[in-house]
Amino acid sequence: MSLDNDLEEVVHEFLVESYENLDQLDRDLIELERDPKSAERLGSVFRTIHTIKGTCGFLGFERLEGVAHVGESLLSRLRDGRLLLDADITSGLLAMVDAVRIMLARIESEGNDGEDHYPSLCARLEALQEEVAASARPAPHEAESMMETGSPREETPFSTEEEMSEIETTGVATPAAPLPVATERTFSEELEEGRREGADPEVRSSGGVAESTIRVDVHLLDRLMNLVGELVLSRNQVLQHTQQRSEAGLAATAQRLNLITTELQEGVMKTRMQPIGGVWGRFPRVVRDLAVTCGKQVDIELDGRDTELDRSIIEAIKDPLTHVVRNSIDHGIEGPAERLAAGKSATGRLRMRAFHEGGQVNIEISDDGRGIDPEKLRERAVARGLLTHEQASRLNDREAIQLIFLAGFSTAEKVSNVSGRGVGMDVVKTNVERIGGMVDVQSTVGAGTTLRMKIPLTLAIIPALLVTTAGDRFAIPQGSLLELVRLESDVAKRAVETIRGTRVYRLRGELLPLVDLKHMLRIPQESDTGSEAVNIVVLQADGRRFGLIVDAINDTEEIVVKPLGKSLKALSSYAGATIMGDGRVALILDVLGLGQEVGLVGRSHDQGVGAQARTPGEAGEAGSGDEAKATDAILVVGVGETGRLGLSLSAVDRLEEFPAERIEISGGQEVVQYRNDLLPLKRLADLLGNSLRASSDGEGAGVLQVVVCSRDGESVGLVVDRILDIVEENIELRRRLSQPGLLGSVVLQGKVTDLVDVGTLMDDLASDTPTRVAA
Amino acid sequence: MARQYATYYLGDEYFGVEVKQVQEVLRYQEMTRVPLSSPVIRGLINLRGQIVLAVDLRRRLGLPDRPEGTLPMNVVLQTDDGAVSLLVDRIGDVITVADEDFELPPENLRGVSREIVRGVFKLDGALLLVVDPARVLDFERRAETLAA
Repeated sequence: MSLDNDLEEVVHEFLVESYENLDQLDRDLIELERDPKSAERLGSVFRTIHTIKGTCGFLGFERLEGVAHVGESLLSRLRDGRLLLDADITSGLLAMVDAVRIMLARIESEGNDGEDHYPSLCARLEALQEEVAASARPAPHEAESMMETGSPREETPFSTEEEMSEIETTGVATPAAPLPVATERTFSEELEEGRREGADPEVRSSGGVAESTIRVDVHLLDRLMNLVGELVLSRNQVLQHTQQRSEAGLAATAQRLNLITTELQEGVMKTRMQPIGGVWGRFPRVVRDLAVTCGKQVDIELDGRDTELDRSIIEAIKDPLTHVVRNSIDHGIEGPAERLAAGKSATGRLRMRAFHEGGQVNIEISDDGRGIDPEKLRERAVARGLLTHEQASRLNDREAIQLIFLAGFSTAEKVSNVSGRGVGMDVVKTNVERIGGMVDVQSTVGAGTTLRMKIPLTLAIIPALLVTTAGDRFAIPQGSLLELVRLESDVAKRAVETIRGTRVYRLRGELLPLVDLKHMLRIPQESDTGSEAVNIVVLQADGRRFGLIVDAINDTEEIVVKPLGKSLKALSSYAGATIMGDGRVALILDVLGLGQEVGLVGRSHDQGVGAQARTPGEAGEAGSGDEAKATDAILVVGVGETGRLGLSLSAVDRLEEFPAERIEISGGQEVVQYRNDLLPLKRLADLLGNSLRASSDGEGAGVLQVVVCSRDGESVGLVVDRILDIVEENIELRRRLSQPGLLGSVVLQGKVTDLVDVGTLMDDLASDTPTRVAA
Repeated sequence: MARQYATYYLGDEYFGVEVKQVQEVLRYQEMTRVPLSSPVIRGLINLRGQIVLAVDLRRRLGLPDRPEGTLPMNVVLQTDDGAVSLLVDRIGDVITVADEDFELPPENLRGVSREIVRGVFKLDGALLLVVDPARVLDFERRAETLAA
């Protein structure tokens, strides 16, 4: 046994423990800010830092120890009651926590705590110690202890103006209510205790909870989960076999196997469950930081921290949740002045709630902000060209609010400064739906907004409907299944109608677009089966319903989802594979992926693109002979009524708006004066031919939306009608276009988008030939 | 240094892959086809609960398909992307070869073979073509280079 290994293990333990403690620290500090005298929390914070400091000293991480030491000194002042926690100190302590985190990460990756001593942070923390912040606070019973220490906070050189305004605007640092004397006593007792416990790092871990829990490697759990998955499959096989025999003993054994397997499955799934609190823990911090930046006052309330979810799901909802919280604070909750004017309290409330219901986890995020005005959304959707006037006015308020989930809706503002985050509510929706969840939003103008997510408990084993088509079985996740319809052959002939080649069925009066699975998967039709019954699986993806025609509907079964390898990941039609009771593999259909395909199929390029791109190439090679693949950020712009064009973001320099009056003509070329130079303009509508021209001269004529592209110091302004979105995804050229200036068509966000070849356009301008098509 | 190679045949051609990359060798297994995927992918095999991608080496090398009724054998390899089975015509022995018999593929070997064949062992009475599994599975990128 080598010493090195031992040490490594100790360091590893230390890291795991410290990370956990730091998360707790973040929460404690935020809580403390609200209740600066909570003895329990102060004690806990002190202990955490003390432990880190102690272990660092032992392991020889001097710099980390140094930072922790300064933090500890500050904390000990707080603990002794010589200093009262305020926003300033909290910010300082949080900054320390961040520094500690950075150093821990460094220890993890490189084995040392880095070069940085964080002198400014240490100085800031030291300066905070000198202050008598408490003197400014009316807390009578503390007056004595306050007298002893230093100068009033206003004099400290480290309270920059920013920090001061921060204190004014956050308002989180409200003066604490006077505490009863009894509490005061326990407070000091607790601190004594904290000091004693803190002295010995070992004491910390011997709490009651620690004894009844053990730490297990996540990989081991994943492996167990896999094995249980196998067991579930074997069980299914055994059950199938026993059904064909009539042996009493075997049947009883199979029955027991069945029960035990189910229980084991539940048990193992539970071990992978984590309370959502793990993710929520970071929101008080996120909310605080964001509120400070936005100059708002926000109180966060977390309900149902203990609600448990599979760890893979927790991972998946982290980002969507953060985005929703950001949105609430950024757009939902008003500034203090506006709130007071509206008769609300100055501090906004953000409430996050999680609970189990019907085998699913519900998460609600509600704020009491200004709410979403459906009328404004309608206008915006029309302005962005996502809906026509008529379509918009037909939406009821509830439906209108759902518009925020449309791609290119919420992101558009951010796109105008290209550095924008590029995530919108549409991404939230997609991410949640990808894991089989649902998102819904409700809002009342002036009163607030509530966003609800329904999320499955686990991803590994899901209920699925099995269907057969052309002799192959496919599994369809139950989550996206709405209903099943079977039309007998004589009925089917009448009931399935066609609209210009697209088959539809009137489902309770509404038109349901139909797609044949065989068709979608391009499985050659063996014989035309016009005379048979039609089985329709009604599915929902991304809020759209469609019917999938299959040969037969078999059964529902719990299936174990197995991921597909890299070579098959690119196929959006499959979510994975599973093994059936008879031991054969079945593919799991990705309903969202299929839905997107349907969106494509529904459009004009149906046969053309589809057939062309997928025709198996010569010599038995990949069917994707004509497809090129790349990941690139694409700026999506709208031209004319319906035209969607994509520009590689790497070619885009800036986005500008010019009043139409500024257009001048130079040598037969439209130009504007731009940055002491002439910027030649090119109307992208011309690329698409005359048909789409119409609107560009109509409504938006007052202001030109211009995408400025540069190359080798030469710039060109591309005139578009709308800036829609920035999309970053694997693009796949579906069709090459012969038109000059266009690279080809791709499908972005389920819509056909033509990629503009900026290079060629610039070449054209350079060669000085006016390329305007329209006269 | 001597190395061990698991050998197999496609028609009369003799191929090998290093033994340590091979998980197991199997008779024909039932497969589930994957519509929309590359024709090189013949399907998915359930190997004791593990899902294995079956790649037809004939198609990958641009050779004509096996005659109707002949069933391929599986050479299951361990790769970074999970287990992958190469569908081959016949399985040969595991042989030990010496490094000094190795030679890079001849210059005039072209096309797909050039990409996939890493080199040749000059054996008594036969040439053993060494196939690089990673490159065999890299058919996506190949399609792209063709298109470019």
